[in-house]
Amino acid sequence: MPDLTSELRRICGDDRVVTHPQALRTYESDGLLQYRAVPRIAVLPDDAEEVRRIVTACRDAGVPWVARGAGSGLSGGALPVEEGVLIVLTRLRRILEVDLLDQRVVVEPGVTNLAVSHAVAPTHFFPPDPSSQIVCSIGGNVAENSGGAHCFKYGFTTNYVTGLQLVLADGEVVDVGGKELDVPGYDLVGAFVGSEGTLGVATRITLRVVPRPEATRTLVAFFDHTSEAGQAVSDIVGAGLVPGALEIMDRLSIEAAEGAVHAGYPNDAGAALIVELDGARAECDAAFGDVVSICERNGAAGVRIAEDEAERELIWRARKAAFAAMGRLSPNYYVQDGVIPRTRLPEVLERIDALSREHRLRVANVFHAGDGNLHPLVCYDAAVPGEPERAEELAGLIVAACVEAGGSITGEHGVGVDKKRYMPQMFGEGDLEAFQRLRCAFDPAGLANPGKVMPTPRLCGEVPGPYRQHPLEAAGVAERF
Amino acid sequence: MAYGAMMVVSPSSYEEAAAALREASASGKRVRFRGGGTKLDWGNPVPDPEVEISTSRLDRIIDHNAGDLTAVVQAGVPLRRLQDALAERGQMLALDPPPGADDAATVGGILAAGDSGPLRHSYGGPRDLVLGMTVALSDGTIARSGGRVIKNVAGYDLAKLFTGSLGTLGMILEVAVRLHPLPRRTATAIGECDGDPGPVARVASELAHLPLEAERLDAAALSAGRVQAQFAGAAADERAVEAAEVMRRAGLAATVEDGEGMWAAVRSAQRPAGSLVLRVSGLQRQLEAQLGVAGGSSIVARAASGLAWIAVSEGSVEAVESIRRELSPSPSVVLDAPREVREKVSVWGEVTRPAVSLMRNVKSRFDPAGACNPGVFVGGI
Repeated sequence: MPDLTSELRRICGDDRVVTHPQALRTYESDGLLQYRAVPRIAVLPDDAEEVRRIVTACRDAGVPWVARGAGSGLSGGALPVEEGVLIVLTRLRRILEVDLLDQRVVVEPGVTNLAVSHAVAPTHFFPPDPSSQIVCSIGGNVAENSGGAHCFKYGFTTNYVTGLQLVLADGEVVDVGGKELDVPGYDLVGAFVGSEGTLGVATRITLRVVPRPEATRTLVAFFDHTSEAGQAVSDIVGAGLVPGALEIMDRLSIEAAEGAVHAGYPNDAGAALIVELDGARAECDAAFGDVVSICERNGAAGVRIAEDEAERELIWRARKAAFAAMGRLSPNYYVQDGVIPRTRLPEVLERIDALSREHRLRVANVFHAGDGNLHPLVCYDAAVPGEPERAEELAGLIVAACVEAGGSITGEHGVGVDKKRYMPQMFGEGDLEAFQRLRCAFDPAGLANPGKVMPTPRLCGEVPGPYRQHPLEAAGVAERF
Repeated sequence: MAYGAMMVVSPSSYEEAAAALREASASGKRVRFRGGGTKLDWGNPVPDPEVEISTSRLDRIIDHNAGDLTAVVQAGVPLRRLQDALAERGQMLALDPPPGADDAATVGGILAAGDSGPLRHSYGGPRDLVLGMTVALSDGTIARSGGRVIKNVAGYDLAKLFTGSLGTLGMILEVAVRLHPLPRRTATAIGECDGDPGPVARVASELAHLPLEAERLDAAALSAGRVQAQFAGAAADERAVEAAEVMRRAGLAATVEDGEGMWAAVRSAQRPAGSLVLRVSGLQRQLEAQLGVAGGSSIVARAASGLAWIAVSEGSVEAVESIRRELSPSPSVVLDAPREVREKVSVWGEVTRPAVSLMRNVKSRFDPAGACNPGVFVGGI
């Protein structure tokens, strides 16, 4: 690709075009280390115009490309294509506009999730809060439709993106949506958010921010069994309460997290349930007592209430450390991201337990209990022959159990490369074909992040049959509409 | 415009619906989808379709998973009937657009039209409440996307694409929706002020920025200028009193009441009978301008969202153009309008060319035969 390399150098200058194999290894994985691929070239544009020129150069050369933000994704969505270009967006980190009057923020894709909330503090905040929010980028959040611990009440990234500037794979720049809502036309913003980099790259993102809650009340309740914690969650929701967060950790994840961060969780607890209520002070106060009594009624062995921000921080520290702390218990682990209807929690947990025993591998469970999003961590040792294979099989069976229960293969991590083989469990051929139609409308040449999301590679044909123009359109009057 | 005989089909299964669509499309016919028939003339005026596929027999509530706060319903279920069924278990679908004559508006029709009401303030629009969707495409494909759980990112979000597409991509057959608990207690603060819309706009904007978490927050110019904020929950009354205090400080006459009558009033003011209605996609900073727009006979602004419904009793092309000039550059769509106005006015206003071109690509991939409600949408799609 000498021509493309020199064209990229013309666009970005020598020092922002990486071609040395050693240097390229920095980018061989995203947050999911099981998959590795070294791209041919990595390029670090400085602004949207450079992104447009890079994408155009790739189009001219017929070379596929992958856009990457902070690389903290957990599904291999930013895994490079070996023959392709990796467009690293971390230098596009300007906050372009903070418009508190209209409660909008306009940012470049490399801005971190937390930086958005900081930009609108102290009066406002940006609700989607993936655990990686200190490092993960908004562009990545848009690509993955990221969630977080507070989705049960606040929703996901898609509920907070109002406008996008896109660079499509043919080099066209298209503005969709805006600061306004319900802008005339198809909801292309809604279609793009969560498309995992396969429809194009967002170079400017307009976000909705909301008033920071007046009060936050947090508690952690400890139970002997996850089923009791699960029942408490059901009772809380059944009482019509909508906590900001409802998080459960099981025995193994408590043990791991406690060993790492010493948050003061009892080591003999079978389950921890974190409940966080936020909102208007009067409402929080009224509901908090109900939550405490529901926990007690379900056999909580202890309820710890955060009296100040430091204590709240401590309660959350264990939860946020849970993934990383797994390394203390097991040299390797798989994180799954299945979703189930919350009412099926007890039976699915039992099933995971049984599968774990059958495969002689430990599974720790950390989950967003309000929305039924499980994060089973399958522990294994890659050095032990046969274990990686058993772990992979076990992880697959857990996903299948979620789908069978009426759920989903992924709640927030995305399909990427990691879960595309599970897609046929959720979607039939006609469904996948319909997805492909959207892909073809945006990127008929298939250059944007190929090999992700769809279980098998597909090409876009020409549009079958003649597109029948409406008479008004044919007459040239339709442009006025 | 030609008016010919129209064939009406009322399938009772998804397969029948898909087959009817495929056949019509294969023989080059123009097809329209009909729910309750309350918004049939939205969009560009077009000749009557040759085939109309009605959802009148696709009207089952398939599943209400109260414990999971989700439901699966067929497109032809009238929203009113769904709400009544959900209310028996203390839940609701947080959508309250104008219900149309005889409460006929269906879930499928509301989604296809992207219509919304005061609950938009805290729960988002229809796009934000749909978890999954099953559609029929013009080649007879039945395609599902999304899921039935409240959190799911597998596959593309086609439900958002179809929501608000006015039937131009295919036929909505079934949707899975997220539900919310029906508030046990609500209270509404209402502030009124005659004349200058400034105080009402300022108060509404202030309330939008306070962490009071109103359930609904509208500003309106009906008989008088008003701002109304509804609160829900155990402390609903306290919060309404606090909001009323904000209103009084700004010089408004404020009361706290049950307010259901006032919420019904703003819902119907989104579609006053016989009026032309323009829906403006604006911004909060524009609130005062929206409320004070010249010639508006009734105006409802969803204060925090920037959306406003401006009704004009004597609708004319000039009236639309003058409102658009006044609120420029905010995009706006003519929703209800007499046919003679509709034929002369630009229903969708100006939409930038690259975006329309991408929308055409989407249309031509999903409906290559151009059978689905051709011509009604942006850019003549």
